[in-house]
Amino acid sequence: MNKLADKVLMKGNEAIAEAAIIAGCRHYFGYPITPQTEVAAYMAKRMPKIGGTFLQAESEIAAINMVYGVAATGKRVMTSSSSPGISLKGEGISYMAGADLPALIVNVQRGGPGLGGIQPSQSDYFQATKGGAHGDFHMIVLAPDSVQEMAELTVKGFDLADKYRMTTMILADGTMGQMMEPVSLDFEVGEKVEKPWAVTGTKMERKHNIVNSLFLKPEELEKTNFERYEKYSYIEENEALCEEYMMEDAEICVTAFGIAARVAKNAINEARNQGIKVGLLRPITLWPFPKKQFAAAADKVKQFISVELSMGQMIEDVRLATECKVPVTLCNRAGGMIPSPEQVLEAIIKANNGGDK
Amino acid sequence: MVVFDKPHALADVPMHYCPGCTHGIVHRLVAEVIDELGIEGRTIGIAPVGCSVMAYDYFNCDMIEAAHGRAPAVATGVKRSDPNNIVFTYQGDGDLASIGMAETVHSAARNENITIIFINNAIYGMTGGQMAPTSLPGQVTQTSPYGRDVEACGFPIKVCEMLSQLDGAEYLERVAVNNVKNVKNAKKAIKKAFENQVNGKGFSLVEVVSSCPTNWGMTPSQALKWIDEKMIPYYPLGVYKDRSAEKED
Repeated sequence: MNKLADKVLMKGNEAIAEAAIIAGCRHYFGYPITPQTEVAAYMAKRMPKIGGTFLQAESEIAAINMVYGVAATGKRVMTSSSSPGISLKGEGISYMAGADLPALIVNVQRGGPGLGGIQPSQSDYFQATKGGAHGDFHMIVLAPDSVQEMAELTVKGFDLADKYRMTTMILADGTMGQMMEPVSLDFEVGEKVEKPWAVTGTKMERKHNIVNSLFLKPEELEKTNFERYEKYSYIEENEALCEEYMMEDAEICVTAFGIAARVAKNAINEARNQGIKVGLLRPITLWPFPKKQFAAAADKVKQFISVELSMGQMIEDVRLATECKVPVTLCNRAGGMIPSPEQVLEAIIKANNGGDK
Repeated sequence: MVVFDKPHALADVPMHYCPGCTHGIVHRLVAEVIDELGIEGRTIGIAPVGCSVMAYDYFNCDMIEAAHGRAPAVATGVKRSDPNNIVFTYQGDGDLASIGMAETVHSAARNENITIIFINNAIYGMTGGQMAPTSLPGQVTQTSPYGRDVEACGFPIKVCEMLSQLDGAEYLERVAVNNVKNVKNAKKAIKKAFENQVNGKGFSLVEVVSSCPTNWGMTPSQALKWIDEKMIPYYPLGVYKDRSAEKED
C-alpha cells in the first residue's frame, strides 16, 4: 500500500479523495456543488494518471446511478456532493440499499432546507441516519472531526461498505471539507472482500448474476427486509464508535460530532479550568449510534448538552439512547452558523448551576 | 436436424408479456445477436422500469435492474468499470424519452460505447396505458382520455431525429417489428448496434417501433396494422446517423 512517512498539508476534501485512491477506489462520479467541489477537482487530476475513471456526470442522479453500475461490477466506487445534491442522489441510494451494493458517498453538508446556503451545517443528520430515501434501510454514517479523520474514515468507509455490502456515508460539513490540516496518509486498507454476486460477465462458466431491488412478491420482499435488518442489528452491536473526552469524572456530558465537537472541546477545556466536571461524547459512527456509551453515561451525569449545527437532530438519538434519564438540552446554531466556544461554555455553566429541568 | 432453436442467450422461462406484444420478438433478436457475436459471457444487460422490467430474468447474461430512466447512467458505470464488458440497455419510451431523457442525451453526447434498444410503443404499458412522450397527437390513453392535445401537453418526441443532432452519437436507426421484412431489418440494425460496441465505435441506439395491443385497445393484428398506418408515418424508419458510414462516403 501507499505509505507516506511524512505528514502533508491538505484540505479535508482533498484528504478524502487521496484516501479513496489509497483504499483502491478507481472510479469517481460527481457533479459540481459547493462546498465539496475539491473532491471532484482532485479526482479529475489524479484518476487519469492512475488508470482510473473521473467522470463529471450530467446530474447528481446520473452520478449515483453510475456509482450503482460500477458497484454492481464489484469495484470500489464513490461519489461526493453537498446537501441539495445528496437529496437528488436519494433515489439511487435507496436502490443501492435494495440491491445491497457497497459504495462510499460523501456529504459535505451545507445549510438548508432548499438551496439553503453554502456555509457549514449538520442539518442532514436525519437524512443520513434515518435512511435518506424511500424504504426501510440504513447507511453506515461516519462523522470525521479532523482532516486526518476525513482520510481515515474514508478508508474505513470503503472497508465497511464491502464487508457489509451496503453504502457508507461520510457525513462531513463545509468546515471539514475546506479547512487544511497536516495529514498522515500512512494507514492500512482492509482485506479484499470477495464479491461472487457481482456482474462481471458469466464467462459462460456460471449462471447469470442479477443485481436487482425489485421483488414483486410481498413475502419475498419482506424476507429481504428482515434479512437486511438482521445485518443492521449485527452492525449496531459491533461497529459503533464513540470518542470519550474527559468523561471519567464528568457530571455534565456535552455531545457533538464533526466540527461541533471541535468547538465543544474548547469550551470543555475552559470549563475544566473553571473547575466544572464536564466531558464529551463524540459519536464517530452516527449510524450505528453509539447507544451503549450514552446509556452508560446517562447513569453518571446530571445533564446532556447536544451541540449541533442544526435545529436539533442528533438530540433525538441522545434522548432515545439515554431513555431521558436526565435532561438533554440543545446548544445550537443553524443555517450555516457555527456555535462559538463561548456559547457552549455558557450552556455548560448553566447546566452546572442547576440547568434546565 | 435442428433448424430452429431458442437462442442460448435467451433464458428458458415463461415471459410475462401480453398476447401480441412485440417485446418477445425484440428479446429474441437481441439474444440471437448475442449468440452470433459470441459475447454472452462478457455481456451485461440493464433492464429498465416498465413492461420489460423483468428482462433481467429473460437473458442468460449477467443483468442489472436500473431505476426508472437511469439505465444509460448505470450502463456508463458498468462500461467504465471494464471496457471489455459488452453493455446494453433495454428501455421503453417513458423510461428513455421522459424520466430518463437527460441520461439518454448525455450518454449519446459522450459517445458512451454502449448499445441501447429503445422500445417505442407510444404508451406506458406497465402502469396501465398512460400518455407517453411518444404518444401520437390525438392518441387516446388513460391520461389523455380526449386524445393527446398538443396545445396542452405538447408534441411527441422523435428520439432518433433529436439525437442525430449530437456530434457524439455513433449510430441511430429506427426499425419496426410488425412484419417479417421489418423484423429482418430490425435484426440487422440490432446486430450493427452490438458490433459497433465490440469494435469500439461508440453510442449505438436502435429505436424499435412496437405494439401494445392491450393498452391500445386492439387485437394483436389490429395493433400491427396501426403501426403501419399511424406510427411509421409519424416515426419514419431508417438510419438517422451512422458516423462510420459517413466517414466512408
